[in-house]
Amino acid sequence: MSVFGQFLRFVTGSVRIVTRGNALYWTWILSLLVMIAIGATAYVHQMQTGLISTSMRDQVSWAFYIGNFTFLVGVAAAAVLLVIPAYVYHWKPIKEVVILGELLAIAAIVMCALFVLVDVGHPDRLQHLMPGIGTLNLPTSLLAWDVVVLNGYLVLNFTIVTYLLFMLVRGKHPNYAIFTPLVLLSIPWAIGIHTVTAFLYNGLAARPFWNSAILAPRFIASALCSGPAVLVVLMQLLRRFTRFEIQDAAIWKVAELMAYAMFLNLFLLGAEVFKEYYSGTEHLIHMQYMFAGVGEHDAIVPFMWTAVACSFISFLLFLVPQTRKNPITLNLGCGLIWLGVYLEKGMGLVIPGMTPDTLGEIYEYQPSRTEWLVAMGIFAVGFLLFTLMVKVATPIMLGEFRVAGDEHAHAPAKPATA
Amino acid sequence: MNAPDTTRRDFLCTLAGCAAALAGACGDVTHTEFFRSHFKELTPEDLDGILKKIERECETKYGKDVDVKNTPAREGVQFAYALDISRCVGCRRCVYACVAENNQSRDPVVQWIRVLEMDKEKGIDFEHANPYYDAETVPRPGHTYLPVACQHCENPPCVKTCPVGATWKEPDGIVVIDYDWCIGCRCCMSACPYGARRFNWKEPSLPADEMNPNLHVLGNRPRPKGVVEKCTWCVHRVRDGRYPACVEVCPVGARKFGNLLDPSSEIRYVLDKKRVFVLKNELATHPRFYYFYGL
Ligand code: SF4
Ligand code: SF4
Repeated sequence: MSVFGQFLRFVTGSVRIVTRGNALYWTWILSLLVMIAIGATAYVHQMQTGLISTSMRDQVSWAFYIGNFTFLVGVAAAAVLLVIPAYVYHWKPIKEVVILGELLAIAAIVMCALFVLVDVGHPDRLQHLMPGIGTLNLPTSLLAWDVVVLNGYLVLNFTIVTYLLFMLVRGKHPNYAIFTPLVLLSIPWAIGIHTVTAFLYNGLAARPFWNSAILAPRFIASALCSGPAVLVVLMQLLRRFTRFEIQDAAIWKVAELMAYAMFLNLFLLGAEVFKEYYSGTEHLIHMQYMFAGVGEHDAIVPFMWTAVACSFISFLLFLVPQTRKNPITLNLGCGLIWLGVYLEKGMGLVIPGMTPDTLGEIYEYQPSRTEWLVAMGIFAVGFLLFTLMVKVATPIMLGEFRVAGDEHAHAPAKPATA
Repeated sequence: MNAPDTTRRDFLCTLAGCAAALAGACGDVTHTEFFRSHFKELTPEDLDGILKKIERECETKYGKDVDVKNTPAREGVQFAYALDISRCVGCRRCVYACVAENNQSRDPVVQWIRVLEMDKEKGIDFEHANPYYDAETVPRPGHTYLPVACQHCENPPCVKTCPVGATWKEPDGIVVIDYDWCIGCRCCMSACPYGARRFNWKEPSLPADEMNPNLHVLGNRPRPKGVVEKCTWCVHRVRDGRYPACVEVCPVGARKFGNLLDPSSEIRYVLDKKRVFVLKNELATHPRFYYFYGL
């Protein structure tokens, strides 16, 4: 069969896979679709009335959308960084870890792009960012750099995953001379996307809260918590619902590494808190706004303490071997980590950085209904994309979906074992 | 939220709109606009077409003759501004004159100048400043007033961060924005240390009878929703040798403006004779806007 013919069968086979599933699967898909529809409606409303339908104003001109964007860049970066322990500890399903990580990265980058799209005032002018038609303001604009590295990362991950899956589906071994360098390139690139995103804030001397040299390390540390949390849950789900075999040891190892990452994250936060409170300059006010409120303005204080509590509890849960090996506390920890990092990045980074504004005014920001709904829609798009991709990738990885010969005869299944 | 069926229709319209915009053929986004070049690379014919188009649009919308200029920077001119804090009484006349002159939106209220009331004892202290004081009762004893607008920095962080180069410093020192090029990402607002930039969170509203028809393409022409704007030192006036509106209106003569390269200008007098300072000196933005205590 020609490569083209195989590709066609790959596509039709994939369509068949995603359109077949049990009631649970369809409930999940349909609820995601409903959420997407609600989000899209909210976005249309925002397009018509303008960004006034968000709670952003001149004083707090970036907020929830950009915070979500930042959080998801972290997820995208960390998903790929999981390749490192997979290599170091010689986990058997290494290809599978790579594939799942990169699929998650793709879904996360798509969500990132959507969050930027909904945040800009003129999405109809994004061609101004395109080299050739527009003027990408390199090298000085960090957002321009972010556009470059994020798109590059998307292309890179997409290439790796498509290549791997397409080889596997034809029952061939990937050519390691191509595959290994690409995977190795994706690791520094993953660090790169999160560093550039940190620099986007970090470089702004006007905002002392962000203008701290440990911002980029903090970003990486928190990302190393939130990204693996998704994969730990996913690996357990796959193990339960498919023939996919993943050793407990691998999962526990990830959880242990997450504990170290969380320690680093809390340590860096502590360093930041010490510097601000001990030196007590006029810049302290942003951190005060975050943890104690300023005057009667304390809308985000509960969120921030929740974030700290989540991070701290999950750190303990993952540090103590008994709790990280217990499936209940393990998954609880993953949930808490996700929530903790989400609040920290989604709320705790952008909003206190902008409050009070550069002339000292405090405008108390809280996401509007439109912002919540649009964000929900974008997350639903990401989860939908990720679900569909994993749905197709899983039988390929298990050797159940092949296009080389007769795909219904079970291929000489060599299930991935750990 | 809208009734379900309007919502659905709106949604479809928008979808279709997006698709058409992508194809470069939607409603008012014409093919030429979609593939337009950056302002600095426009041919004279293209620029002329753009000015004409803005004129036509304004004439339909506001029903009056307008003149959209593109007066370029003049050779040998470097503008600078100085403000005497000891004279300013905080009456906000400059704010209102600016709004009228530069066609700022009336609803939502957009003002390029922000006057901060400060406690005399605390000196210049943004943390305790009050921009919402009552201008009917000024000057209040024990207070000083600090008007802040774009400082036309020599080293402007806003320009540096713009991902599409939609804002830049002109040869005469004025920092401008191309409202047709700005994508509305608001990086520049995050980068500006002086809170000088305003975003059009919704469609600006400007009553036709209050619209100033003397327009500059990079200055006071009416702005669309979703773009950033700010003070341009009245680029449409100063390049024709006039003072900015705020300088003219100030009842106590606190505002000085002129050409740094002209030894007989008022601004040179201030810089020579007074001890001036700039805001947030430590950020090295090097504002071209100086403050001084003249009395
Ligand atoms: S004051 Fe703000 S907007 Fe004006 S030039 Fe400086 S950084 Fe840019
Ligand atoms: S909002 Fe407009 S001017 Fe400001 S950085 Fe973005 S594109 Fe440039």
